Amino acid sequence: MTDTQAAPTAVPAASAATGVAVVTGVSALAPGGIGTADFWDALLEARSGLGAVTRFAADGFPVRVVGEVAGPETVPGVDPRLAVQTDRWSQLAMVATDEALHDAALDPAALPPYDLGVITASSSGGNAFGQREIEALWSKGPRYVGPYQSIAWFYAATTGQLSIRHGMKGPCGVLVAEQAGGLDAIGQARRTVLRGDARVVLTGGTEAPLSPYALTCQLASGLLSPGADPQRAYLPFDEAATGHVPGEGGALLLVEDAGQAAARGAPRPYGEIAGYAATFDPPPGVRPGGGPTALRRAVEGALADAGATPGEVDVVFADAAGSPDLDRAESACLAEVFGPRGVPVTAPKSLYGRLYAGGAPLDVVTALLALRHQVIPPTSPYVTRAAAHPIDLVGRARPARLRTALVVARGYGGFNGAMVLRSTPPTDSHRIPKGRVR
Amino acid sequence: MNQRRAVVTGIGVVAPGGVGTKAFWKLLTDGRTATRAISHFDASGFRSRIAAEADFNPAACGLTAEETVRMDRAAQFAVVAAREALADSGAAPEEVPAHRIGVSVGTAVGCTVTLEQQYTQVSDNGSRWVVDAADPFPHLYRALVPSAIGAEVAWAAGAQGPVRTVSTGCTSGLDAVAQGAQYIEDGTADLVLAGATDAPISPITVACFDAIKATSPNNDDPAHASRPFDRDRDGFVLGEGCAVLILEEAGAARRRGARIYCEIAGYAQRSNAFHMTGLRPDGLELAEAIRVALDRARLPVDSVDYVNAHGSGTRQNDRHETAAFKATLGEHAYRVPVSSIKSMVGHSLGAIGAIEVAACALAIEMDTVPPTANLHTPDPELGLDYVPLEAREYPVDTVLSVGSGFGGFQTAMVLTAPRPEVGHD
Repeated sequence: MTDTQAAPTAVPAASAATGVAVVTGVSALAPGGIGTADFWDALLEARSGLGAVTRFAADGFPVRVVGEVAGPETVPGVDPRLAVQTDRWSQLAMVATDEALHDAALDPAALPPYDLGVITASSSGGNAFGQREIEALWSKGPRYVGPYQSIAWFYAATTGQLSIRHGMKGPCGVLVAEQAGGLDAIGQARRTVLRGDARVVLTGGTEAPLSPYALTCQLASGLLSPGADPQRAYLPFDEAATGHVPGEGGALLLVEDAGQAAARGAPRPYGEIAGYAATFDPPPGVRPGGGPTALRRAVEGALADAGATPGEVDVVFADAAGSPDLDRAESACLAEVFGPRGVPVTAPKSLYGRLYAGGAPLDVVTALLALRHQVIPPTSPYVTRAAAHPIDLVGRARPARLRTALVVARGYGGFNGAMVLRSTPPTDSHRIPKGRVR
Repeated sequence: MNQRRAVVTGIGVVAPGGVGTKAFWKLLTDGRTATRAISHFDASGFRSRIAAEADFNPAACGLTAEETVRMDRAAQFAVVAAREALADSGAAPEEVPAHRIGVSVGTAVGCTVTLEQQYTQVSDNGSRWVVDAADPFPHLYRALVPSAIGAEVAWAAGAQGPVRTVSTGCTSGLDAVAQGAQYIEDGTADLVLAGATDAPISPITVACFDAIKATSPNNDDPAHASRPFDRDRDGFVLGEGCAVLILEEAGAARRRGARIYCEIAGYAQRSNAFHMTGLRPDGLELAEAIRVALDRARLPVDSVDYVNAHGSGTRQNDRHETAAFKATLGEHAYRVPVSSIKSMVGHSLGAIGAIEVAACALAIEMDTVPPTANLHTPDPELGLDYVPLEAREYPVDTVLSVGSGFGGFQTAMVLTAPRPEVGHD
């Protein structure tokens, strides 16, 4: 690379800025649905992507059911030169990024490089890659550790690779808060765009947590489902809930200022990132004081940030932990904020598992697709809502007038996040895409 | 102007050469090095067998036996530094509503010490791919997800506001402090614990830097192995440690009569989009970050009194950042003192950025510039004043601190002595 660049500019503000952060491109990579269209079809048909472990010989392994993204371990479509230096988690993000860029009709080379940022979430880094290299070290010796361990295992690998691959020289970030981290990343992307520190931020996250050692680590949380039946292993809000099923995948999306997006001729945005808030639980064993729970503060904080009342929310995408105590805390919170059964609540992740850093971005994408197609995707049909949960749990795809959606996410250890998404009205310059509602 | 500004009112440090802020500052101003032969594990068979290790006794630092078992070494550092910082600030966290306390803690490699140790157990020293999952160490999940470090700091401070763990490799520390400052600026928190921690001196991390020859092989002379800006440098020396800063809104800190070390006046993050480990000698993107950070601080380039360099001890870094300093500071680059404390405390990956901010805050408070140790033969290609060997008494009001890391990340931060003309209500 010998390119010489024009003098960079430190002036971020552009006249077209509107102060509204919108999503102009999405992607989805999940067990049971590879690519946005396939994923959305799978959800509307309530097709489960959960199944037995296939990527290693798991006879006798205590985790029976997982959510694998089908295909070989090296993700198809990734340049072999990059594939050898990256973990599957980064490769999933590369493929998802390609889809999101295409969806947003964005050619990164057409914009000034400092106006393009990358902010992703990661919860556990390059698991299979890291395990392979530690195995080489301990079974053969230090000289058998390869040169790419230093760039494939750490949590920043994905953001770095995406920045390099697409020439994005603006603000880059990596946030970790287990399943809540994706909302932090998207929230930070929104802040970056609204402050004029970048015009476009590639954000979201993926996870590939299904290597033998990563699964063993997750077992220690006590939150994994021991179930052997793929249909019944992950049943959030059900009497029979026994934990969650971990899955791989996630979503990358493009966040930009609405005015700037229109100025570059972007397709019609999926919606606005209207509000975001994050809170943290009291330490374990400490009784919370009299006020609202930290989870409720996150939900109400996101609504306040969006300038929205609870009555304006048309659908909630629940965190849906699948563990009785956590489910009760969430349903109680939603009943307090919205009234008992006051708003449709759905948990499509019951069809494909908890994707950790990939989970909340995929819920955000799902919420945006729901706003676009005016239909609420369902929770797994195998879930029977327990009477103890005073929520309107959506059990089959439900057409509805949707303008505002709320995504709730919680991360292990006490992290809470909430994000409000609002549909943006189509303008004359945007064709209304043909809906996929059936 | 009513803009909320973040100021530093407390400092806690766990660094090689002695736990606590006092020991840390003494090491720096004495110009001593804390690099030595690795003692944490048997490093024979490795290319680089040296590191800057912290002599850290969890019990002596006030951690209970339960905490010591529960937390990885990196989390232990963070909790100890957080407690020191809170005590130093004189802030009473119990008087701040819990939901107004936030945490932003950085780490590059998280809890890899625990991850590796436990891996050797369940894999029978790497002899089985499908590890024994029957009865894992009860706290193993906390090691897999580095957000556990953010959670531990939150618990230690009773924080129930926004809590995040930032993991941008070697710029994690600066980025975490910047994002903590954003909580104050945005009004999402009134008291923030911001910092970074890393404990990477374990076989897998030492081996991975061996593999790319990034670390110094000067095993015969560990005390003089970290030699940023010296003609004879031959790689960085791995370190470990942590710093946590207490950030408050300037006006509120003043009203409660807090000691204000400095203000976080500006910061910016850019990326080179070039190579995961390589740097171009022109330092273009780091220069852009410096320019934007100074712009946000509304400070002219010649107001910079001290440049706290990334100074990792590699030739490509020395050229890269020196070019960036010359490009942004112009003639002033040749006048301003520039130094790297990595010459003394090593390169603790994500932690070092926060440790360096702590050093900058102390430099402003004490009007003293820490030196670049081991700098006997300055590289003639570079040509700036790298403050060789001895600390320098020098009036320091404005500091530029920079970081550069794998992934191509470049971060710059500007710190200033408390400015009475801004930040008041």
